Amino acid sequence: MDEFTKKRAKLAELSDEELKHRFWDLADQVVQPLVDLARTHTSPSIERSIVLRMGFSSLEANAIVNHCIRRDLLDRGAGGIIYRVAQSQGLSIREAGERLAQGELWDTFQEGDA
Amino acid sequence: MMLRADDKLDIEAILADLDQYRPRRRGWLWRKQGPRRIGPFDYREVSENLKQSVPLMAAKYFEDINPQPEMVLTSEIASGRFEDDLRRMRMAAWHGADHMMVIRTAGQSHIDGLMEGTPEGVGGVPITRKQLRATRKALDLIEDEVGRPINLHSYVSGLAGPEIAVMFVEEGVNGAHQDPQYNVLYRNVNMVRSFVDAAEAKFLLAGSKIAQIDGAHNANATARQAWKVMPELMVQHAINCAYSVACGMPKELICLSTVPPTAPPAPALRLDLPYAVALRWLFEGYKMRAQMNSRYMESDTREATVTHVLNLLITRLTHADIQSNITPDEGRNVPWHYNNIAALNTVNQTLVGMDGLSDMVKLDYDGELGTIVRELVERAVLFMEEIVERGGYFSAVEAGMFVDSGLYPERMEDGIVRQLGGGVGLDTTLPRHADYLAPVCQHFGNNPGLPEGQKGCDLIGGCTICDSEKVFYIDELDENDRVECRLSEFDEHRAAGLLRPEVEWYADGVVTLNVFLPAPAAVAEYAGQQMAKRLGIQEPEVVHKRVMHPSEGTLLEIKGVVNIDVDPALLEIPVKEDVWSEDEIRSALKETPMRVVAATVGDDEHSVGMREIIDIKHGGLEKFGIDAHYLGTSVPIDKVVDAAIEIDAQAVLISTIITHADVHRLNMQRLHDLCVEKGVRNRLLLVGGGTQITNDMAKECQMDAGFGRGTKGIEVASFLVKNMKQRERDGEA
Repeated sequence: MDEFTKKRAKLAELSDEELKHRFWDLADQVVQPLVDLARTHTSPSIERSIVLRMGFSSLEANAIVNHCIRRDLLDRGAGGIIYRVAQSQGLSIREAGERLAQGELWDTFQEGDA
Repeated sequence: MMLRADDKLDIEAILADLDQYRPRRRGWLWRKQGPRRIGPFDYREVSENLKQSVPLMAAKYFEDINPQPEMVLTSEIASGRFEDDLRRMRMAAWHGADHMMVIRTAGQSHIDGLMEGTPEGVGGVPITRKQLRATRKALDLIEDEVGRPINLHSYVSGLAGPEIAVMFVEEGVNGAHQDPQYNVLYRNVNMVRSFVDAAEAKFLLAGSKIAQIDGAHNANATARQAWKVMPELMVQHAINCAYSVACGMPKELICLSTVPPTAPPAPALRLDLPYAVALRWLFEGYKMRAQMNSRYMESDTREATVTHVLNLLITRLTHADIQSNITPDEGRNVPWHYNNIAALNTVNQTLVGMDGLSDMVKLDYDGELGTIVRELVERAVLFMEEIVERGGYFSAVEAGMFVDSGLYPERMEDGIVRQLGGGVGLDTTLPRHADYLAPVCQHFGNNPGLPEGQKGCDLIGGCTICDSEKVFYIDELDENDRVECRLSEFDEHRAAGLLRPEVEWYADGVVTLNVFLPAPAAVAEYAGQQMAKRLGIQEPEVVHKRVMHPSEGTLLEIKGVVNIDVDPALLEIPVKEDVWSEDEIRSALKETPMRVVAATVGDDEHSVGMREIIDIKHGGLEKFGIDAHYLGTSVPIDKVVDAAIEIDAQAVLISTIITHADVHRLNMQRLHDLCVEKGVRNRLLLVGGGTQITNDMAKECQMDAGFGRGTKGIEVASFLVKNMKQRERDGEA
């Protein structure tokens, strides 16, 4: 008996619709941990995409995110840092971002500033 | 700005003021169901007609109709220079494409960030904001020209997925490839990075209703025995589908990229059809993007086309929402302009030709088909079970479960292995902090810093997703590698309006030569190259050779470069008469019947040409109801004139061969003179014909018109009827 014949025996009982459900149940099981991972994690590209959405250029986004990585702050969210620095320093989002991109103001960022 | 069919696309005008341009819409558009009645026929599977298009060549027999299939049709555009791609897109749109899939330059997926400007690419173009903006702007004009929305599409993969997704939303890109498995398996991007990034990208695409196409079909193109990976393909599709849905993407935006896995000489339909049926049953509710087989393509464009027609048969026997195509030359080079068009023509011709087929032909699920479908699904379920047993997706990839050439659960142990602790972008993802904040819209996942009840960008007073004025535009970063520099290289050429052959890039000079040589392949190849060189073709290269017989002969296609420029302003192009349609001719003749006398004159026994113009079975004058009296060959001119007077004809047609002594001219002149002498010139249209006769030459000899080689009966009929009508009007006035 070949491997497939052996392994499929347990599926013989399932109707076509049940087989289809089984397939999608398994697919959901496979992707669930991946979605949880994505929900709770971030990456340089995600953070750059957020900075872009705040109206910055790709060059500025790149510089800001690189500063975050160097300072171990990426997990706070690059966009969140720009916002919080702007708030604490009384700057516009653009001004804060431009200065952060140039390596300035990083010492003013404090956790939970919002 | 509006495009006129008679004017070329003005690339410079497209590039002007791009910083001011904003897309007119976001998201994917499907075709609208069209009229069932088109020309003389009823259709079942068509969309709305185009405003302007180039129909199939046979359309002239069917009232020039150009029925458009119900599904979206792709054209893959990949010349490496986007300014040349724009012109190709316009041609493709006129041949029915409404999904322009722009292939990325090699290596862009490993660039950790966005590219800017318009550098030249390899096998595609760098996808940048400027390139997308210019392309979308051109497509806006083109879609107005053809009268149907056109979807722009490219890739959201690699290390910069989320940023590219943001840019696609901002720039009005309508469709995207997005599949984290593609990154992992084929681009060796770290698995964690790929899946974390993909969630953000998918959420962004979903928010703007951008259609997503997965990357599963790459397993067909990679596995050595592509027909054995079918169970795995279903698993790959399912992982991307389930992941996309879990990331908030509705099913109707999720398209499966599916390819019939085999090609003849395999019994292709028997292998491919059950797979297509299984997929559509298992993935009910999702969209199908049917792609054609490229795995088994060689240099023979005809052989490729036949395989692709079989692929289209599967589409019609099942269904597809997007029909893509592989250009017939992809087995030999990066697709050329006219092969994009050839592929679209194949799709349109085949799909329209099979319109409504499933109303007459049904699949037999009770037989072998149903059994194989069930078996394929069972294999896929077992595959999925093993992934779970192994501890999940990452472990399954580490174990090399994917792209193995075995028919699962059989294993060839040649799968692609990737490690969780490896790949490009390793250790670049990290858990979000307890006060993580992303103050923008369409951000996926935990955002604890955002005050409850607030929209993503309320904190910062709006983001680019909500307000397109906020988008930051960079034009160029490289002073030399950019579109303006490439265009300026040919400024003078363009300004002078010179013409040079082209297959891919403006004035690339590439031509092909078809040669049959009565020699074995190896000899023929070198002989052919030498012949091409002697013809002045530079860099000749044999791109296709097909053995007719080991010793009797070989067919070659030789490509090469000819940098010959022609100035169209210096050409003497005869003005072509406007030819009436069959219906116009018939209805005019119904009002006023017409009699003509026709003869081959002088010492000429050739009757073939004249018979073709007259005979009903050649589509000649008789077909339209013209009463043609053919007098035979070697008829003296005076006999011709006498006959015309006797039957009260309105026109005389004489055919004559070219002679050294200019007898043909004398014959035509004599016909005119004789008609004048007998006082009938004013009521007779005189027409001269023959292989070497031109309209100008005939007119010099006092004829009303002349027709040369290749003339069709309808052209003569149109001329006669039009002028007869004109004379009637002149007579009345």
